[in-house]
Amino acid sequence: MSILVIAEHDNGSLKAATLNTVTAAQKIGGDIHVLVAGHNAAAAAQAAAQIAGVAKVLLADAAHLGHQLAENVTPVVVELARGYSHVLAPATTHGKNLLPRVAALLDVAQISDVIAVESADTFVRPIYAGNVIATVQSSDAIKLMTVRTTAFDAAATGGSATVESIGAGSDAGKSSFVSQELTKSSRPELGAAKIIVSGGRALASSEQFHGVLEPLADKLGAAIGASRAAVDAGYAPNDYQVGQTGKIVAPQLYLAVGISGAIQHLAGMKDSKVIVAINKDEEAPIFQVADYGLVADLFTAVPELIAELNK
Amino acid sequence: MKILVAVKRVVDYNVKVRCKTDGSDVDVANVKMSMNPFDEIAVEEAVRLKEAGKASEIVVASLGVKQCEETLRTALAMGADRAIHVETDTELQPLAVAKLLKALADKEQPQLVILGKQAIDDDANQTGQMLAALMNAPQGTFASKVELAGDKVNVTREIDGGLETVSLSLPAIVTTDLRLNEPRYVKLPNIMAAKKKPLDKTTPAELGVDAAPRLKTLKVAEPPVRKAGIKVASVAELVAKLKNEAKVI
Ligand SMILES: Cc1cc2nc3c(=O)[nH]c(=O)nc-3n(C[C@H](O)[C@H](O)[C@H](O)COP(=O)(O)OP(=O)(O)OC[C@H]3O[C@@H](n4cnc5c(N)ncnc54)[C@H](O)[C@@H]3O)c2cc1C
Repeated sequence: MSILVIAEHDNGSLKAATLNTVTAAQKIGGDIHVLVAGHNAAAAAQAAAQIAGVAKVLLADAAHLGHQLAENVTPVVVELARGYSHVLAPATTHGKNLLPRVAALLDVAQISDVIAVESADTFVRPIYAGNVIATVQSSDAIKLMTVRTTAFDAAATGGSATVESIGAGSDAGKSSFVSQELTKSSRPELGAAKIIVSGGRALASSEQFHGVLEPLADKLGAAIGASRAAVDAGYAPNDYQVGQTGKIVAPQLYLAVGISGAIQHLAGMKDSKVIVAINKDEEAPIFQVADYGLVADLFTAVPELIAELNK
Repeated sequence: MKILVAVKRVVDYNVKVRCKTDGSDVDVANVKMSMNPFDEIAVEEAVRLKEAGKASEIVVASLGVKQCEETLRTALAMGADRAIHVETDTELQPLAVAKLLKALADKEQPQLVILGKQAIDDDANQTGQMLAALMNAPQGTFASKVELAGDKVNVTREIDGGLETVSLSLPAIVTTDLRLNEPRYVKLPNIMAAKKKPLDKTTPAELGVDAAPRLKTLKVAEPPVRKAGIKVASVAELVAKLKNEAKVI
């Protein structure tokens, strides 16, 4: 068996999600190759070559792959995929955008959001916002899957695989990149953070969302997350959303501040090691999953918490 | 310009589903069913494009059991012009749905196909991308903004780091994210009027598509429940617990 892992990268650097996906590949077992498709992406390819357990890195480097548009990356992956038993991508927005397009052209099913590998053809994945865990078996010749990164540890580094250049195909000519607006933050990435401070509708304005939560996040070295209600209301940017249809996180500590605990929110954070909830409603469902619950008004409790941590 | 919208009938988002006791499947008998919330956003977007004079006709399609008709009627009440029901009792997986929608697109020749980014039952997030591949069309997934501009559509996408805007040539596929719009509340007169709108029926066999599932579900189970925690009486107690008991700060 040989496994192709699609790297998550921004040309200049490799994203941590790739490391978790390599670990999932190791659970399947076999030769692991990593595809880096991008433009001027040698640095990302070099980083991929250093992942322990990776046998080879394939680099498809061309201008039309620079923004990793699914229309242009898909033919590269389809061409390669026929030589592999499994193709894995992290279940990031990039992996989710790309892999089903590949699957359809290979005429195989895709298994989304794999959280455990039972065998080379049997995988475990959550459905219904994580309220049900399904074990599914694939009889397709090539198994395509996206991997939930929080379910697998990051692979170690220290490897020294070779980097091989491969054909990059041509521009499909159907789509082009216009612009991007990335949220700037000096805080850790949500997916990789050890501590997350997350705010809900109760913050009531963008000013208060940032004004109340940022000092606490700074104190704890935490990333900031949000409920859908807080994002919809414009208190926080879209990429802060934690939940069934946002980001899935599993930090050491998740602090839910003024979040009620709807099933869609719990789906994104209930595998956190320790959950703290601050909510003024003692009946709020978030308390059913919280290890430590504090029934309090967040506008007094959060400043008090910062003061206590400063002691 | 014609728009095709796909809508799925799913267990309502407020229902917490249970597994059958034999672990073979999820028990959906007698639970409330609704249109997948992302598909409501898809219908709403199409209706807004039509109201803005940018689209001429909205065809809405649903695939599955008889009761999908209800989902289609809801979409018609929201403002779609006509409906197609691909009726089957077979379990439909995303690849089969994409093939069926491709067959419908071949007949209808829409310039834009709008789907929800994921269905809240199987949480697969695949169908739109698969359909785009089969149609050899570009895709604007996880859209929070859709702007038609001549023979192109600009789609702003919700990505992990923020937002990305791409320009796609038509025909194109768009999948909706939560911030694209807020679906309208359907009014009674519209529900009545929707009953008179055309709803055509077809089947996978008529469309020449093999819709058999590719993945076999071996078992389903409920995840382990987190053990109940405690309530702390003060911030000081919380910090003490986090430091000394949980040891996470
Ligand atoms: C298709 C679909 C997908 C969804 N996906 C997601 C998702 O990915 N992520 C997600 O989060 N949600 C998602 N949702 C939305 C989800 O159902 C809830 O609506 C949402 O999570 C609620 O956010 P909230 O807890 O901030 O707001 P609310 O439910 O309004 O809760 C606010 C809480 O704040 C408390 N509060 C108010 N004032 C104070 C105060 N001063 N001090 C302390 N506490 C206070 C209240 O007691 C309440 O519990 C989705 C919904 C649908 C239909």
